[in-house]
Amino acid sequence: MDISHIAALAGGNPWLSIWPEISLGCLALLLLALEILLPPAAHRRIPAVSIIGQLVILCLLLANLPVAEGPVFNGLLLLSSQGQLMRVFFLVTSILVAVLAGETLPKHRVPRVEFHHIALVIAAAMMLLVQSRNFVMLFVALETVTVGLYILVSYFRTSAKSLEAGLKYLVLGSLSSALLLFGIVLLYGVAGNPALAARTDHAMQFSNLALFLSANPHNFLASAGIVLVLAGVAFKVGAFPFQIWIPDVYEGAPTPVTALLAVGSKAAGVVVLLILVTEVFFPYDSLVVPVLSAMAASTILFGNLAALKQHNVKRLIGLSGVSHAGFILLALVSASRVNWAAGAVYFYLFAYLIASFAVFGVMTVLSGPDDADQELGSFAGLGKERPFLAGVLACGLGSLAGIPPLAGFMGKLFVFVAAFKAGHYGLLGVAIAGVVLSIYYYFGWIRTVYFSDEAPVTPPAAGRPVGGLAIRLALALLAAASVALGFYQGPLGAWVSGR
Amino acid sequence: MSNLPFDPLLLSIAAPLAVAVAIALGVPKRVVVKLAYVGFALPALLALHVWWYFSTAAKEAHGYAFLTNYSTGLDGFGISLKLGLNGISLPLFVLAGVVGLAAGLYALQSGAERMKTYLLLLLVMQAGLMGVFASVNVFFFYFFHELALIPTFIMVGIWGGRDRSYAAMTLTIYLTAGAMLSLLGLVALYVKSGAGSFDLLALRDTLAAAPLGKVTQTHIFGLLLFGFGILVSLWPFHSWAPMGYQAAPSSAAMLHAGVLKKFGLYGLIQIGLPLLPLGAAHWAFALAALAGFGNVLVIGLVTIAQKDLKQMVGYSSVMHMGYAFLGIAAGTAFGVGGVVLLMVAHGLSVALMFLLSTSIYHRTHTYDMDRMGGLVQKAPVLAWLFVAATFASIGLPGFANFWGELTIFVSLWNFSHTLTVVAVAGTVISAVYGLRAAAKVFFGEPTGAFVQVAQAHPPADLSWSEKIPAFILVATLLFIGLWPSSLAGPINRALPGAPAAVEASR
Repeated sequence: MDISHIAALAGGNPWLSIWPEISLGCLALLLLALEILLPPAAHRRIPAVSIIGQLVILCLLLANLPVAEGPVFNGLLLLSSQGQLMRVFFLVTSILVAVLAGETLPKHRVPRVEFHHIALVIAAAMMLLVQSRNFVMLFVALETVTVGLYILVSYFRTSAKSLEAGLKYLVLGSLSSALLLFGIVLLYGVAGNPALAARTDHAMQFSNLALFLSANPHNFLASAGIVLVLAGVAFKVGAFPFQIWIPDVYEGAPTPVTALLAVGSKAAGVVVLLILVTEVFFPYDSLVVPVLSAMAASTILFGNLAALKQHNVKRLIGLSGVSHAGFILLALVSASRVNWAAGAVYFYLFAYLIASFAVFGVMTVLSGPDDADQELGSFAGLGKERPFLAGVLACGLGSLAGIPPLAGFMGKLFVFVAAFKAGHYGLLGVAIAGVVLSIYYYFGWIRTVYFSDEAPVTPPAAGRPVGGLAIRLALALLAAASVALGFYQGPLGAWVSGR
Repeated sequence: MSNLPFDPLLLSIAAPLAVAVAIALGVPKRVVVKLAYVGFALPALLALHVWWYFSTAAKEAHGYAFLTNYSTGLDGFGISLKLGLNGISLPLFVLAGVVGLAAGLYALQSGAERMKTYLLLLLVMQAGLMGVFASVNVFFFYFFHELALIPTFIMVGIWGGRDRSYAAMTLTIYLTAGAMLSLLGLVALYVKSGAGSFDLLALRDTLAAAPLGKVTQTHIFGLLLFGFGILVSLWPFHSWAPMGYQAAPSSAAMLHAGVLKKFGLYGLIQIGLPLLPLGAAHWAFALAALAGFGNVLVIGLVTIAQKDLKQMVGYSSVMHMGYAFLGIAAGTAFGVGGVVLLMVAHGLSVALMFLLSTSIYHRTHTYDMDRMGGLVQKAPVLAWLFVAATFASIGLPGFANFWGELTIFVSLWNFSHTLTVVAVAGTVISAVYGLRAAAKVFFGEPTGAFVQVAQAHPPADLSWSEKIPAFILVATLLFIGLWPSSLAGPINRALPGAPAAVEASR
């Protein structure tokens, strides 16, 4: 459906430009209303409403992808093709989280509708977050995401691990929000100093702040503010040294929430960093590039080394996610010198989304009564018993490992080419070492699935579950997409290469 | 020009891949076998077809024939599926087709467990192999290599023999490290050349107009050398090879040792030498020393000490790669041409060796050569094929290997007298272990252990389904051995220009 004529009727009303976010919010409210209005017997159909509603929004969004670029709401938000791409990204993430939740939640005695409600709100907030060009907007959107995640992480109220994870995420998340806020305040304060050139009363606005920073490229307070802001966002991305929370929180959180943290929250952080680095902090490249480079190198090394010896797959995938954050940071660092490196970041995120959800989907299907207890050994012999699930898992892990012909390889290749063009040879060396290390644990997992002769540690009585129709369909699509995007990048590849 | 209504190169890649997809989608078992025959035979027939028509085909830039280009959406990066063959890639393309057919036929009669998956992986590997040598775009050259490599890991892990899980892991980590290093080298070449394209022809044109500085060339060639070197089991990065081949199922070992391993050498010859002549000259001596003393001498002696037949074949293939490296180090057009010839010959003979070792195992139920003997009385055809394969790998005249080794030795003389002596001594070493193995397995009195096995399972000679793939390989070896100019002609025409630059830089 083409909505451009509605837009014309509205005469450029800015609210219309955020229709995807508004529809997601309305859908979230609709779910709550349905729970009150419908008889209890029909409640189990409500998650399907969430998924179908989001699919409709996704179709509308894809049909209206080209957007009139420019600021709306006095520059609070910026509509752009990158923003559209990330809207699609978060919508897909949210749909997949809903599908995963449809598999996990019925295994536990927990309310279901609220989960979907909160997930929808988080998706809308993430969309706003990556389009915001103002620190107030950015902070509000970020907190909406984070507060929603506080609830979802500890959603299994009877599980000690889930509660522990929630508490850890709350404490460390608040710390990072405080760092971010402090950084913003420092920047705002120093930009308002009448003694400095190009002072501004509206330093919350990215464009104004960028002008101020260009005029004062060596200000100490501004430098401190920039580092604090980067640190606050790095927490969301899970970059070293702000990755401490990841293994415990990922292990304790319900698997769909782990997926949301690993993909959605990480991607949101990455895009915010990208925007900040390329649009606001560029006058301070001499500060930002070394900080992010060090962060990238240590993140890659830490993530891969720590993942080597994990037995719990949720912790393993969490730490592997840390290393992926490192690879993305590598592209981010290159973005200041190679202008298409931003495209490499987006491509990497999409490849990571597809591969991660393939893995998380299989984990969701196989998880037992205790969601936190997913040991590597329990995957032994999966290849013989459930070839479909094992195949999807192998596609996902192979793509995460960056093995051609899967999409993850193209993502890594773009990142490496960008980093090479930008001249970060040392970082590239670290990245290559990281890839080789990562083969050990990704392949170790595949080895357990396919080559292990031992029976699983605790053999399920009636065989392993096969999963519902929705999740099987989603998994098949994800595996196919991983392969297809590796062979043929089509429009997305053309968009990345910018030609 | 070939008169086919379709692109033979694309079809040779697409056919096995399409069959693999069909198997994955679950066609019935009866059809699977028939489809697999098609999937393995088509690339071989197409390879012979292009070999036949190559000399008369219209040559475009840099002596490439059959050029076609398909877009995959990344033209902005200079990445597109560009296929074509020149005189260097043609022999290897033929090798991939022939060995692929032999390995496929051998797999079809092997009766492996989970046959469908096994065939599927072999077909994917076959598609990758055809793609490696048909690609003119460096990106796809690498891409197809990985496409062929991944099934190797899986096949070793699932169908492998003793220690398969450990071997698969070692293989994966080693080869990924090699692949990543060479990828880095290729990316470096892409960025530093300024061509903005992975297209080998564009890279050649750009670098011919504006060659890279000596330091840059040295760095990039170093990356390529060690990356590719790991993949080709350059000493001391060879330890994955004997272990991997020992564990690998026979068809996977045939395809990997026979064809896929040549990727690294091919990369050095097709990309490294012509584009980075100064870098090649810088590394030549180090490479020659590693290959000469490490691969040929040390590994040669290690091979003599082997008691396990399959491990011996594995080590001997590491050793023979040393000759190829020596030829590349010598760098003359003559030597490099010899390397290409040797690659083809070695690919055929090592594939034959792996095939025969497995057939021997089915009769003796062991790879331990001390527990065999006298098999010639029970299996004369097997015995004479094994002796032929041994003669070929020693490099006796009449087999293709002879021409490859001879030209390498001749060109090596000008490079280093010492290394030539080492290399020639190597042929004596390979004669020692090769003939000793033939004697132990087939001749002499049967050992007590073998007599017992033979009583329990009376050994028969090769069945026709085993003979046909073996005959295909022997016939190709003899054909090239007796008529070397069928391959040497195209190779010669492709070479001048490239290694001549190396000589000029000395």
